Amino acid sequence: MDSILKIEHLVKTFGTNEVLKDIDFSVSKGEVISIIGSSGSGKSTLLRCINMLEEATGGKILYHGKNVLDKQIDEDQYRTKVGMVFQSFNLFNNYNVLDNCTIGQTHVLKRGKEEAKAKAVDYLNKVGMGQYINAKPRQLSGGQKQRVAIARALAMDPEVLLFDEPTSALDPEMVGEVLDVMKDLAKSGMTMLVVTHEMAFARDISSRVIFMSDGKIEEDGTPQQIFQSPKSERTKDFLSRFSG
Amino acid sequence: MNFFQRMVYIVQHYGVSLLEGAATTMVIAIVCTFLGCVIGFAVGLIQTTEPGKNSGIIRRGILKIVKFVLTAYVEVFRGTPMMLQAAFIYYGTSQIFSINLGMWSAAIIIVSINTGAYMAETVRGGILSIDPGQSEGARAIGMSHFQTMLLVILPQSLRNIMPQIGNNLIINIKDTCVLSIIGTVELFFTFRSISGALYTYFEAATVTMIIYFILTFTCSRILRWIENKMDGPSSFDLATADTLAFTSGMMKYNEKTGGTH
Ligand SMILES: Nc1ncnc2c1ncn2[C@@H]1O[C@H](COP(=O)(O)OP(=O)(O)O)[C@@H](O)[C@H]1O
Ligand SMILES: [Mg+2]
Repeated sequence: MDSILKIEHLVKTFGTNEVLKDIDFSVSKGEVISIIGSSGSGKSTLLRCINMLEEATGGKILYHGKNVLDKQIDEDQYRTKVGMVFQSFNLFNNYNVLDNCTIGQTHVLKRGKEEAKAKAVDYLNKVGMGQYINAKPRQLSGGQKQRVAIARALAMDPEVLLFDEPTSALDPEMVGEVLDVMKDLAKSGMTMLVVTHEMAFARDISSRVIFMSDGKIEEDGTPQQIFQSPKSERTKDFLSRFSG
Repeated sequence: MNFFQRMVYIVQHYGVSLLEGAATTMVIAIVCTFLGCVIGFAVGLIQTTEPGKNSGIIRRGILKIVKFVLTAYVEVFRGTPMMLQAAFIYYGTSQIFSINLGMWSAAIIIVSINTGAYMAETVRGGILSIDPGQSEGARAIGMSHFQTMLLVILPQSLRNIMPQIGNNLIINIKDTCVLSIIGTVELFFTFRSISGALYTYFEAATVTMIIYFILTFTCSRILRWIENKMDGPSSFDLATADTLAFTSGMMKYNEKTGGTH
């Protein structure tokens, strides 16, 4: 199968702390992969290595067959193709909603102002934030901020979108609105890599689930496999905490 | 003549000199605060730059040396009195390099460099105080380090350090008085001429203090106004359904009440 991303023997250490140990997996077009696992297992670090916010210590990250860890690769160019949605939104506080969604298009992709606006408004409408183009981030609720952050990432036309616990910082009543947007995205065929504690999302929406434990991929399979017949004791143990 | 009559006498006879002195003070203070900010932003920016992963040993070395020189500049100019710096630069350039700095250029160079040293630390702190998430958000959509700084981090730092910039302006209005050591005819120099000519120290000091206060107070009010402008309105217009036309709607969303009205 033709993969967009292929992670090979990825290793990341902080000092002497080996946080990612020989990670191997690939991401094909249209896949929606949920990454689950207990806190500290290395999920965020994995995403941050993939879009190069952290420098991997070893291994390869092949994007369409090219290793992006090679020094010749233009990492800014690569990042426009691999979008990221953060737990803490990270909207630009000095711009309004519209400018948050156009600034990358005009300055990084060098799109014209009108084209960028049209695209931004289009995605803002899709996430239900079209009315708020004039608002500053501080004037929005958490759920609204996260939806704008998703629109900002989409406006760059990425091939893959990484989500790092996009609903963990939200009040419970706002989790739904963000998950709905993500469900729509998944249905539209977007390739997604989602670190989440929302087991319902992992089970019902994703096409594949990766369970991480202690810096390693413990289990990797379809939602049915992972949730109904987990092979590893650790996976069973982890999931039993959610079924209560 | 009583106290007030003597003050009126000073204003009548030396009003023009005082205004000229005040104008000189203000020009030096404003120009030098501006130039000091430019220097401060440049220095603060370099000092918060980390070498990229692709930079070789030579680039790392150069960055280290530049940072060291800049740190030395900041420490020396923050750590010595501006009056001595003025004498040092003014007389030093003429003795060692035989350059005769004019009164204006000497004044502007000295105060700008001095302000720059203070601003460099302020800007460095301002940059470091911005949530790292802001720069990660920018890098994640492919912005370069330079774009991230210029478009996201520096505008927010600038807003955050506006109070300190204002503080520096006010300090500069008062501290230009040390330039009288190199003969700059600013407000304090005018005060000394008047009091020397008339032997009315108390009255001249009162009049000059009032002028200084009017200058600084006006500036601090104007700066507060600029800060509020930078913050933008506390409410925003909800766009109508026809968002592509970018016509702002009838409704207004109020940040404080959290509803439309
Ligand atoms: N910048 C860092 N410096 C040092 N250690 C880090 C850093 N980031 C993460 N870690 C460590 O890496 C491990 C995995 O963290 P993380 O990837 O955030 O886990 P998760 O997202 O699964 O909760 C933790 O032990 C954490 O302390
Ligand atoms: Mg995490």
